[in-house]
Amino acid sequence: MYRYDQYDQAMVDTRVAEFRDQVERRLSGKLAEEHFRPLRLMNGLYLQLHAYMLRVAVPYGTLSGAQMHVLADIADKYDRGYGHFTTRQNIQYNWIKLEETPDLLADLAAVEMHAIQTSGNCIRNISSDQYAGAAADELIDPRPYAELLRQWSSFHPEFCTLPRKFKICVIASDTDRAAMKLHDIGIRIIRNDAGEIGAAFYVGGGMGRTPMIAPCIREFVPLDQLVTYSEACLRVYNRYGRRDNKYKARIKILVHELGAAEYTRQVEEEFAHLKTQGIEPPIAELERIKTYFADPAFDADASDAIDRSDALFARWVDRNTHPHKQKGYAIATISLKPVGGIPGDASAHQMHVMADLARDYSFDECRVTHAQNIVLAHVRKADLYALWQKLVAADLATANLDTIGDIIACPGLDYCSLANARSIPVAQKISRRFAESGKEDAIGELKLKISGCINACGHHHAGHIGILGVDRKGTENYQLLLGGCEGDDTSLGKITGPGFDEDGIVDAVEKATDVYLAQRQEGERFLDTYRRIGVDIFKEAIYG
Amino acid sequence: MKILTGNDLKTGAVTWWTGYDWSLHVEDAVDVGSEADAILAREEGARRVNASYAIDAVRDTDGGVRPAHIKDRIRALGPTVRPDLTLKPADPNAGNWVI
Ligand code: SF4
Repeated sequence: MYRYDQYDQAMVDTRVAEFRDQVERRLSGKLAEEHFRPLRLMNGLYLQLHAYMLRVAVPYGTLSGAQMHVLADIADKYDRGYGHFTTRQNIQYNWIKLEETPDLLADLAAVEMHAIQTSGNCIRNISSDQYAGAAADELIDPRPYAELLRQWSSFHPEFCTLPRKFKICVIASDTDRAAMKLHDIGIRIIRNDAGEIGAAFYVGGGMGRTPMIAPCIREFVPLDQLVTYSEACLRVYNRYGRRDNKYKARIKILVHELGAAEYTRQVEEEFAHLKTQGIEPPIAELERIKTYFADPAFDADASDAIDRSDALFARWVDRNTHPHKQKGYAIATISLKPVGGIPGDASAHQMHVMADLARDYSFDECRVTHAQNIVLAHVRKADLYALWQKLVAADLATANLDTIGDIIACPGLDYCSLANARSIPVAQKISRRFAESGKEDAIGELKLKISGCINACGHHHAGHIGILGVDRKGTENYQLLLGGCEGDDTSLGKITGPGFDEDGIVDAVEKATDVYLAQRQEGERFLDTYRRIGVDIFKEAIYG
Repeated sequence: MKILTGNDLKTGAVTWWTGYDWSLHVEDAVDVGSEADAILAREEGARRVNASYAIDAVRDTDGGVRPAHIKDRIRALGPTVRPDLTLKPADPNAGNWVI
């Protein structure tokens, strides 16, 4: 994985020193909150429902074992013994003290990490495929390009005060595992008919209160013009994005209001101009970055055999592992969704365990997924059983990847000051009900996503079943959405009808899954059945 | 009643105005009547509180102070999903008024 050079390290160290000074001035009264607030937000420090919350960037979700150990140490030293992995492949701590934040950031900087640009109207952490560099269906590893864009977007002076926040995703496989079309810019690396590798640009997607699927505005950008084309997309947005209305300030609104064709025309014009300016980094820099993402030293003789005599282990293999490009290897997902647990939370102890497992079984590297799980990307099949046993001991072996128990849930009203309703208790009740009834296995793949408000951090628009928490005259209420999907056939869920209270929404979810179980045809997932039979049968069962 | 809440500047902890200081416990909160703005301006200026605001609350029959909105009731005790992290983790009845 990428390692900082002296410039990266100097930038991060300088920022820690700068923020230390800013905190001192705030605490001594030389800075008022109105002036300090934008400074702390630039460093990922929010004031949330119960305390300060720090969001730490995990570039394209990739972490070394040493970094994961430090994240665990931070949970113990500065927080209350746990952290929350987010749908942006980052980690958040919920109980941070302002006076300790500079020391915390210094600890992060020591392992090449930071919290810069995890908040504010700037280009946020670049997300990517959690199976990058390992998936059998991958064209090339997208992470060198994500890293190039990370370097370009870090402290980019022109884009540090955009109309709104800006999220970029880079993938390079047939299957979209990163909700690419629901980003401000989604980049898919492809091979064209001439056999050249380049990138398709999807611009203007997003969730929030106005969800939109990004249209493809250019089917092929040569890879040596990736930064220039990205800059053109950003420039047009920065120039014309709506600064007058926070709710209309995301690029999706601009693309929608201008129309994709006119937005594209303006981008192309800007692109033509920028190509004369020589802003693309030298190809040598990309080659330098690529060396960090070379394949690890795979064991060429690794066997494909897996001893499946332990039924619980076999179930975990079937559910939580994925084909690897290398013979004898598998990609293993560690579920952070124990039955009745808090989605995405991991204790410091569990983080230490995962760091050790990354070191022992996956070339000292792990990934955070947007579904709030952890991936060990390169595990020898012969090691899977030993790995699984250690996961069992740490309560990390739940075999529920992509099932109704693998719920994405935002922090909701238990932690978030913007929330209307709690997300986590709903996730816990659904997870328990379906695990205890045994229906989880019968249902198979079903992506359920819960947000505590319209900001949609829990991706409810993209859930096969989505749940949105709303405030109904001061009480929590939950709307049900059906038919959303991220990935290749991205679609947005539709609200079924009036909302429910906490128990009511759990019942409604069960009724929807009962319709599926009764109606499904051979090989159909919940989403397939929904698309085939339409919403009315579901509505009848839920409200009838 | 009108009560005042905010966060401790250094630690971020949720605090409640007691009439002369800020407490971690909502039951210490006092009715500030029409004095909210003046108290908040003074206390923010002295950096004894951060991000403070006035809210409606009621005093229940046991004498406890109950913020009117669920968001502030959750702030008062802690996340409902982590009873071990609330202010009174040993008391199973603590917070039975939050939801
Ligand atoms: S969706 Fe709303 S409640 Fe959930 S984390 Fe985002 S802002 Fe908070």
